[in-house]
Amino acid sequence: MSAETIVYDEAYIREFSKHRQEPVWLLECRLRGLALMKELALPKPEKTNIENWNFHAFQHDVEPKGTSSLAALPEDVKSLIGKDSEAGNVIVQQNGAVVHQELSEDLKNKGVIFTDFLTAVKEHGDLVQKYFMTEAVQVDEHRLTAMHAALLNGGVFLYVPKNVEIEVPLQAIFWQDDAGAGLFNHVLIVADDNSSVTYVENYLSTNAGEPSVANIISEVYAGSNATIRYGAVDHMGETVTSYINRRGRIDHDGRIEWALGKMNDGNTVSENWTKCLGNGSTSEAKMVTIGRGEQRQNFMVRIDQIGQHSDGQIFAHGVMKDRATGIFNGIGKIYQGGKKSNAEQTSRILMLSDKARGDANPILLIDEDDVTAGHAASVGRVDDLQLYYLMSRGISRDEAERMIVRGFLDPVVRNLPIEGVKQALEGVIERKIQ
Amino acid sequence: MSAPHLKIENLHVSIDDTEIIKDLNLEIKGGEVHAVMGPNGTGKSTLAAALMGHPRYEVTKGTVMFNGEDLLEMEVDERAKAGLFLAMQYPSEVSGVTNADFMRTAINAQRGEGNEIQLMKFIKKLDEKMNLLEMDESFSQRYLNEGFSGGEKKRNEILQMLMLEPQIAILDEIDSGLDIDALKVVSKGVNDMRGPEFGALIITHYQRLLNYIKPDKVHVMMQGTIVKSGGPELAERLEAEGYDWIKAELGIEDETVGQK
Ligand SMILES: Nc1ncnc2c1ncn2[C@@H]1O[C@H](COP(=O)(O)OP(=O)(O)O)[C@@H](O)[C@H]1O
Ligand SMILES: [Mg+2]
Repeated sequence: MSAETIVYDEAYIREFSKHRQEPVWLLECRLRGLALMKELALPKPEKTNIENWNFHAFQHDVEPKGTSSLAALPEDVKSLIGKDSEAGNVIVQQNGAVVHQELSEDLKNKGVIFTDFLTAVKEHGDLVQKYFMTEAVQVDEHRLTAMHAALLNGGVFLYVPKNVEIEVPLQAIFWQDDAGAGLFNHVLIVADDNSSVTYVENYLSTNAGEPSVANIISEVYAGSNATIRYGAVDHMGETVTSYINRRGRIDHDGRIEWALGKMNDGNTVSENWTKCLGNGSTSEAKMVTIGRGEQRQNFMVRIDQIGQHSDGQIFAHGVMKDRATGIFNGIGKIYQGGKKSNAEQTSRILMLSDKARGDANPILLIDEDDVTAGHAASVGRVDDLQLYYLMSRGISRDEAERMIVRGFLDPVVRNLPIEGVKQALEGVIERKIQ
Repeated sequence: MSAPHLKIENLHVSIDDTEIIKDLNLEIKGGEVHAVMGPNGTGKSTLAAALMGHPRYEVTKGTVMFNGEDLLEMEVDERAKAGLFLAMQYPSEVSGVTNADFMRTAINAQRGEGNEIQLMKFIKKLDEKMNLLEMDESFSQRYLNEGFSGGEKKRNEILQMLMLEPQIAILDEIDSGLDIDALKVVSKGVNDMRGPEFGALIITHYQRLLNYIKPDKVHVMMQGTIVKSGGPELAERLEAEGYDWIKAELGIEDETVGQK
């Protein structure tokens, strides 16, 4: 292992923060994280033991590569960027450093903030400080949240003011291309009352070989009657261990829609937890994944419904190949008082190999009588009658199986608003099921 | 292309070790339309499924030659590529796969790599056939059979037949659940295919469909085999008198399969 385990001490953190000219509150938050990461244990995802996973070997402060224009980006990254009506609002980061960022004049004039995290803490410190790891995610939850605070080295901040409805998608691309570079990326989205926004992000690594870590947290706040459509494609390489935690908070009549394409090739712990706090708040969490090789993945999708008349829809589809393991924990929780609320979930796992392991655990926690709820879960093979039907039209068995798999993962693909991102995800799926 | 020819001899088919079809013989040539009639549970769908290669049916005895080749040796997709088509009584639903994608993939599978149909040509053909079947445009972008009504599924089966232009088509109860208007439309689709290059086996238990698609030969199936064959007049007599006279004539008490 070439990435030596660096001892992150106070001096290192102070220097790192100073070099970036960060405000004192952020340095203090980092130092608190540093102290806690030594004390706290790793999280304990249900049914997956991650004690021996690599969360420590990575390089933290890599030299900027100096890619400074869109033209210099490799095709894999460039092709993701929205074109025509989808263009103009994008941030591209390379190993945490900004390569390119743009936001239309129109949106700037409306008071929309969309910028890299470091700029945001300097220019919009009060706003960021109010939401950063204070409510949706806490520094002291476990070792990985503490580490995240201490070592944060990339991310974006998106703020949509009251009553601003954005038609075009806003896009972020987080690209790791330095072998061994660890990513501690934070995405903070605040959509104020009556606003709406669509945000799409891609995580991808083109750094092969070295062990590394991606520690990613998104905190997403929808104000009252605000709507956030959040699309993501995670595609980190085989040697990257990922911890990806996306959380949402929704005020009354607000809505968050998640469409998550979980395409990592390495071991992954993924959490997507949304709280419908206000009356009439709604959320839909859709995720799809493909596991292959020796990969182990744990997915938790959870919606808590506290407000009355809230609605939570969880949808997870996973395909397991080779010797991959995928654990799916879906939790729908309705709190006492959440009258007239509805919680639904579907988890299905398609097994393409005898040696793969898939586990779907749908859980409904209902503390209120006046609600409706339902769940469906299944783990199974490709339906032989579907195969027969497709083959009866001349389609080969392999192609028929791929069509069924593609269709099975389509609910997230079709929900991604940027054509380039959609096509890239289709391409990744195609390569994985080949 | 030579005229199609399907020849079934002494066919026996089992499901879960229960023999359903026994000693069935039937020959269909290009230009011919055969009707197989019979009450429920007499093995009609089993015959169709066995010919197409359904994974749950096992042929235990007999031969089926298709254009001089052993059909039973072929995989399901090879049978289709050889020119056999089955409009299924209960087609599967496939979520996330659009009708149009599915049909284009099927056509290209048939045409082979390097000879794919041009997108514009495909769309034009699809439009034309959907018009013929009076199907709404939105059909092509809907997921394959998902949420389709019974009648929509039937039309979709016929649409696939028109797109794939098979040599021999088996239509399993394509008329059930259709009102008269839909029946006429579906019949129009089938009649559109008629000619020396096309043969059909139409499975039905009503004579009704045969008013619109005139059969050359009519066969009655009971207890898993063909018990009587004749011309179109046989279908008319069945419509008027039912099946009891055949049972009496042949000394059959229970016409369903599994009887001695
Ligand atoms: N798994 C099975 N085991 C035993 N018998 C079966 C099985 N599946 C179907 N059958 C029997 O096969 C017979 C023929 O069915 P089918 O071919 O569908 O008849 P038809 O299409 O003429 O109505 C039916 O009587 C049915 O009960
Ligand atoms: Mg039948």
